[in-house]
Amino acid sequence: MGIAIYVLTFALLLIGIYAVVAKKNVIKIIIGVLIIEYAVNMLLVLVGYRPAAQSGDAGTPPVIGPGISAEEVARASVDPLPQAMVLTSIVIGLGLTALMVAMGLRLYEKYGTFDMDQIRRLRG
Amino acid sequence: MTALIPLFVVVPLGAAFVVVILAHVRGLKALTPLLAVAAVAFNFVAALVMLGGDPGRLSLLVGEWGLNGTPLGIEMVCDGLTRLMLVTINLIALASIAFARSYMRRFTSVWMFEALFLLMTGAMNGVVLAGDLFNMYVFIEVAAIASYALVGFGCETEELEAAFKYLVLGTVGSALILLGVTVLYSLTGHLNMARVAERLPVVGATGPAALLAAVFLLAGLALKAAMVPFHAWLPDAHPSAPAPISAMLSGVLIKAAGVYALARIVFNVLGPNPQFAMILIALGALSMVVGVFLAVGQWDFKRLLAYHSISQMGYVVLALGVAAEWAPTDRAIAALCLFGGLFHLFNHAAFKGLLFLSSGSIEQQAGTRQLKDMGGLTRTMPLTSFCCRIGALSIAGVPPFNGFFSKLIIIIALVLAGHPVLAGLAVLVALMTLLSFVKVQRYALEGEPAGGAKAAREAPAPMLAAMLALAAVCVVSGLAMVLLRDQLFGPASDALLAGAKGAKQLVVGAMP
Repeated sequence: MGIAIYVLTFALLLIGIYAVVAKKNVIKIIIGVLIIEYAVNMLLVLVGYRPAAQSGDAGTPPVIGPGISAEEVARASVDPLPQAMVLTSIVIGLGLTALMVAMGLRLYEKYGTFDMDQIRRLRG
Repeated sequence: MTALIPLFVVVPLGAAFVVVILAHVRGLKALTPLLAVAAVAFNFVAALVMLGGDPGRLSLLVGEWGLNGTPLGIEMVCDGLTRLMLVTINLIALASIAFARSYMRRFTSVWMFEALFLLMTGAMNGVVLAGDLFNMYVFIEVAAIASYALVGFGCETEELEAAFKYLVLGTVGSALILLGVTVLYSLTGHLNMARVAERLPVVGATGPAALLAAVFLLAGLALKAAMVPFHAWLPDAHPSAPAPISAMLSGVLIKAAGVYALARIVFNVLGPNPQFAMILIALGALSMVVGVFLAVGQWDFKRLLAYHSISQMGYVVLALGVAAEWAPTDRAIAALCLFGGLFHLFNHAAFKGLLFLSSGSIEQQAGTRQLKDMGGLTRTMPLTSFCCRIGALSIAGVPPFNGFFSKLIIIIALVLAGHPVLAGLAVLVALMTLLSFVKVQRYALEGEPAGGAKAAREAPAPMLAAMLALAAVCVVSGLAMVLLRDQLFGPASDALLAGAKGAKQLVVGAMP
C-alpha cells in the first residue's frame, strides 16, 4: 500500500502513452488511449481513499443510514467526491471509445488496413 | 443577470437535442436550421446583455445543497474575462452557423452538423463559465468530442485520417488535464478554482505536488491550444473540417479550450510566478516563429491559414507569459501585456473566422483549395475577395485594421517589459505573415482567372452576410480600440490580475 499504488498507476499511464506513441496499429492505439484513461480513473479512486484517523474500520462506504451518523461517515468513510468524478470520467470514456472505434472502422473501410504507416495521406 | 448564466449552456444543449428530434419528425426537418440559428443568435444577444450589465463578478451556485447554512454548490462564474470570451465565441458561432446554411447544402444529414455544432458551442460557453476545475475539464471534453466528429464530418479518407489523429492527441491532452485536476484536488481538497487558489499557498504553491499538477495541466492545455511542440494535429484537423467548422475551431475552440483555460489556471489558480511565465514565454515564442515559417511554404489555402493560427496564438500566449512574469511586481506592464494579448485573441477570432469563411466560399465556387489553381477572383467574386482582402490585411498587421493595433501593443509591451529580443522576433513574424498573405493576394485574387476560378460566381447571400459582418468587426474593433479597452479588455485583464484575490470576493462561506 501507500506510495506503491501511486507508482503502479503512473506505470500504467506510461504504458498507455508508450502504446499511443510507438504502436502503428489503429486498434492498439485505441487500446493505449483506454489504458491512459484507466490510469487516470484509478488515480482518482485512490485519491478518494481515506485511512481512518483512529484505529478501526477504514474506507467504509460514504452512506448515512440507520446506526451510522454523519460524523461517523466524515471520520471513517472514503471521500465520495472523486467517485462521482470517476463516474463522469468513465461515461466520457465510453463516448470516446465508441467514437474512436467507429472512426477506426471507417478508416479500415477507406484504406483497407489498420496500419498507421499506410494511413498517411496528410503530412502533419 | 445571474439568471442568464445557465442559459448559455442550457439553450444550445437543449436546442441540439431538439434538432435531433425534429429531424426525425416528418415535415419538421426544414425547421432545424432555423432553430440552430435562433439558439446561437439568442446566446449572442445574451452575451451582449451580460456585457452591458453589472461589470462585477457574478457567481451562481448550481445545486445549492447547503448544509447548516453554508452555501455549497457547483459554481458558475461570470467575470470580465468570461464576458469577453462569451462575446467572442457567440459572435463567431453566429457568423459560422449563418454561413453554414448555404455552405452545408452539398452535405447530406445537415441536421447532424447542426446538432454537433450546437453541442460544441454550448460546451465552449460552459468552459468559460465554469467556476471549478472538474467542470471545466468536462466541458472541454464535450466540446472536443463534438469537434472530433465535426472534423471527420465529410467521411472522406483524408478527413477521417485527420479526425483520428486529432482524436487520439486530443484525448491524451484531456487525460493529462484530468490528471492535473486530480493532483490538485488531492493536494487541496477543493475543486472550486477560487478555493484551490486560496488553499495552495497553505499547502505549498511551489512544492513538488503542485508543480506536478502544473506540468500536467500546462501540457494538456498546450496540446489543446496547439502550441508548438504539441501542434502536429492542428494543420491536418483544421483544414479537413467543413469551412464553418474550420472557422469555429481556429477562431474559438483553440482559444476557449486552450488559451483561455491556460490563462485561467496560471493566473487565477496556480498564481503567476516566474517559472510558469518562462514556460508560457517559451511556448508562445516557439509557436509564433515555427508556425509562421511552416505557413510560408504552404500552397493549400486552408492549410496555410491553419499554420497561421499556430503562429498568431503564439503571440497571445507570449503576451500572457510576459504578463505572468510581471504580475507580481509591476501591475501596469502586466496589464498592458494582457490588454495586447486579449485584444489579439479577440482580433484573431474575427479575422481568422473571416478568412476561413472566405476560403470556404472560394472552395465552393472555384472547386479548389490550391492557390496555384486560382486567380482573378476579384473579377468573378468581388465581394468575397473584398472580405478576404480585409481579413488578410488584418492578420498581416496593416495599419487601419485591428491586427495592427494588437500586434503593436504586444510589441510595445514586450519592449517595456525588458524583452527586446522577443519584440524583434514578433516584428519579424509580423513581416513573414505579411509576406505569406501577399502570396495569397497575388495567386488567388489578382491576375487572370484560371482553372476553376473561371466558372466561379459570387457566393449566396447568407454566406456574404456572415463574411461582411466579420469584416466590419475587423475594421470597427481596430478603430474603436480605446472604447473596447475600457468596456471589454480592461475588465478581462483585471479579472486575471485579481489572481487568487478573487477568492476573497466569494459569496460562498468557509467549508466545514
